[in-house]
Amino acid sequence: MSTSQDRADTPEDTAAGTGGDTAAATATAAGPAGAGEPLLEVDNLGKHFPVTQGIVFKRQIGAVKAVDGVSFSVRKGETLGLVGESGCGKTTTGRMIMRLLDSSFGKITFEGRDITGLSQGQMRPLRRDLQMIFQDPYSSLNPRQTVGAIIGAAFKLQGETPQQGTRAAVQELLQLVGLSPEHYNRYPHEFSGGQRQRIGIARTLALKPKLIVADEPVSALDVSVQAQVVNLLEDLQDELGLTYVVIAHDLSVVRHISDRVAVMYLGKIVEVGDRNDLYAKPMHPYTNALLSAVPIPDPAQRAGRERIRLQGDVPSPLDPPPACRFHTRCWKAQDICKQVEPPLVELSPGHQAACHFPENTTVSQTDLVAKAAVSPGASADGAADAPQAQE
Amino acid sequence: MAGKASKARGAETIDTAATGAAAAHTPSAFLEVRDLKIHFPSDDGLVKSVDGLSFELERGRTLGIVGESGSGKSVTSLGILGLHNRRNAKVSGEIWLDGQELVGATEEQVRRLRGRDMAMIFQDPLSSMHPFYTVGQQIVEAYRIHHDVSKKAARKHAIEMLGRVGIPKPDRRVDDYPHQFSGGMRQRAMIAMALSCDPELLIADEPTTALDVTVQAQILDLIRDLQREFNSAVIMITHDLGVVAELSDDILVMYGGRSVEYGSVEDVFHRPEHPYTWGLLGSMPRLDRDRTERLMPIKGTPPSLINLPPGCAFSPRCAFEGLTDGKATTERPELRESAPGHKVACHLPAERRRQIWAEEIAPKL
Repeated sequence: MSTSQDRADTPEDTAAGTGGDTAAATATAAGPAGAGEPLLEVDNLGKHFPVTQGIVFKRQIGAVKAVDGVSFSVRKGETLGLVGESGCGKTTTGRMIMRLLDSSFGKITFEGRDITGLSQGQMRPLRRDLQMIFQDPYSSLNPRQTVGAIIGAAFKLQGETPQQGTRAAVQELLQLVGLSPEHYNRYPHEFSGGQRQRIGIARTLALKPKLIVADEPVSALDVSVQAQVVNLLEDLQDELGLTYVVIAHDLSVVRHISDRVAVMYLGKIVEVGDRNDLYAKPMHPYTNALLSAVPIPDPAQRAGRERIRLQGDVPSPLDPPPACRFHTRCWKAQDICKQVEPPLVELSPGHQAACHFPENTTVSQTDLVAKAAVSPGASADGAADAPQAQE
Repeated sequence: MAGKASKARGAETIDTAATGAAAAHTPSAFLEVRDLKIHFPSDDGLVKSVDGLSFELERGRTLGIVGESGSGKSVTSLGILGLHNRRNAKVSGEIWLDGQELVGATEEQVRRLRGRDMAMIFQDPLSSMHPFYTVGQQIVEAYRIHHDVSKKAARKHAIEMLGRVGIPKPDRRVDDYPHQFSGGMRQRAMIAMALSCDPELLIADEPTTALDVTVQAQILDLIRDLQREFNSAVIMITHDLGVVAELSDDILVMYGGRSVEYGSVEDVFHRPEHPYTWGLLGSMPRLDRDRTERLMPIKGTPPSLINLPPGCAFSPRCAFEGLTDGKATTERPELRESAPGHKVACHLPAERRRQIWAEEIAPKL
């Protein structure tokens, strides 16, 4: 896999501080079962938003570490789900992949090409391959343009004239997403939320993209309509061979549409794994807590269910806790969690977790602790900023 | 109209003679809503937000009202609290709270009850708290309106309430402004404010929709614990079937301003009889079951409340509409008892409904 080569070029790799064997494990984020080749690779990507003080002379007094070194890859034709609570950096990650936000550090590789430093002009031809579905179908469509103009803009911007003409092409797209061709001349306000989201999806599909980043594509919709859009996204994937990165906070929706799932907490990925594996055997305590917090729509289960209740709120990303960021709320936390950041390591095939005391695994805890302990550099923020001293 | 608005807590008797024509009915439940209609005239026509709703609720019980946006669930709660726009809204029907009729009561009468006997937790705590006053000042204000106590005593009460809803260091946080609280803490403060007067009816309108899932779990636990402690009646309004299943004793499913199914939580989740309830259950991906290949969405979109479809409001989206001999599109179905305590508004024969659920719907969920 080409992943290992890419990783070798980046000295400030998160995994670099954790010793050779774990670096190799991290590199195969795609997992061994990888059928398709990786379409998108994200390597130690981070975004720090500066916080400034002063009016004339602004000086930086801190940084919001929205995303602090995440690495993953997405194979052709698969769906990767990014889940986490608000403020965990999932949307920032999605926007960086789209290059709507410049990353502070790290590398984004799309189809083997490094797109991290490309200018807006250089990005433009790539935009046809990389598209985004936005959360809010009300604010993401221009109210003064007709549906035809909104969807047709994609062709115009890329200077492309479809064979059958723009109008016919747009009408085909409308049909593809379950709207009728007569909607061509209507305005967004004439549609319901679910229909608007379909318009947004039609616009996304106009140029036959390879990768679609969908940021909370269904969270603004009613339950019954949500299911329609979820089914539509799945049908389109089968029909057009699309690859999705789906960002969502709803764990049940993510399980339904993703092949693999990455769980984020405070700017870091704490666990990645195959959908079934991750939901059936969550390893990271945070994943366990998240899953147990989801209300189950079955009154028969409310008595017998074992619940994990996290105390307090997510800490501020301005000043994240040192070492393992979850230790302030974790019931398994011990001294080592406050001192040494646990690396994201593969604990079973295709399933990685960043925890000193993972659950549902055969890897012994002493092994893990020993591994982490020999890499004293793997501290919370050090991993990103400074190259780590290897043992 | 209730002659005495004075509070007679726990008293079942009320001066019914003064209630005029409606006095024929003696309410038995703590809260009883009968044929409630809340209509708003607009330029486009009459918006029938709530159109003939009936339910009852006892102390210590929780009623979950489920529905999609525009189903009238929030308007119902505002109507009970008297928070709807009195100039615009046309309200008819009956709302009996502890023997007092609220429909037609004066603003002043309702104001005396609101906060003390009935309180509300809103969806978005940031926009429902005043940004200019500290959290403490807002709780103190709510408390002092109904209790003749000194500012100092009220402040002490506010601190106690904040502590009870799990805010750390309440004696210091009481002087914080709402923006200094996190989302979950704000919702806790909101609950503290709502409970400061020990209300007997608590209405929670999407109390956790704006919160993260781990915080949602904390807040739901809190509401459950406080309800046990205060023995209050709770109305939980939400679109999330998971939340109602966790908390409710009874469930009312609303569609297009009307109730389509009403029964115990077991009735609605284990033996649902209305096609809309089936649709809601089939639309949801579930974590507690093996993943289904495809979700079973309801076709179409929720109706406009101005132009409700004739007959059954759900008929254009219903997969079984054809089995009613055309009744679904011409005649509005009444909410009828299908089994003891389980009411359904559907033209399909009850036998057929149970058969469809058992053979066609349940196996696919």
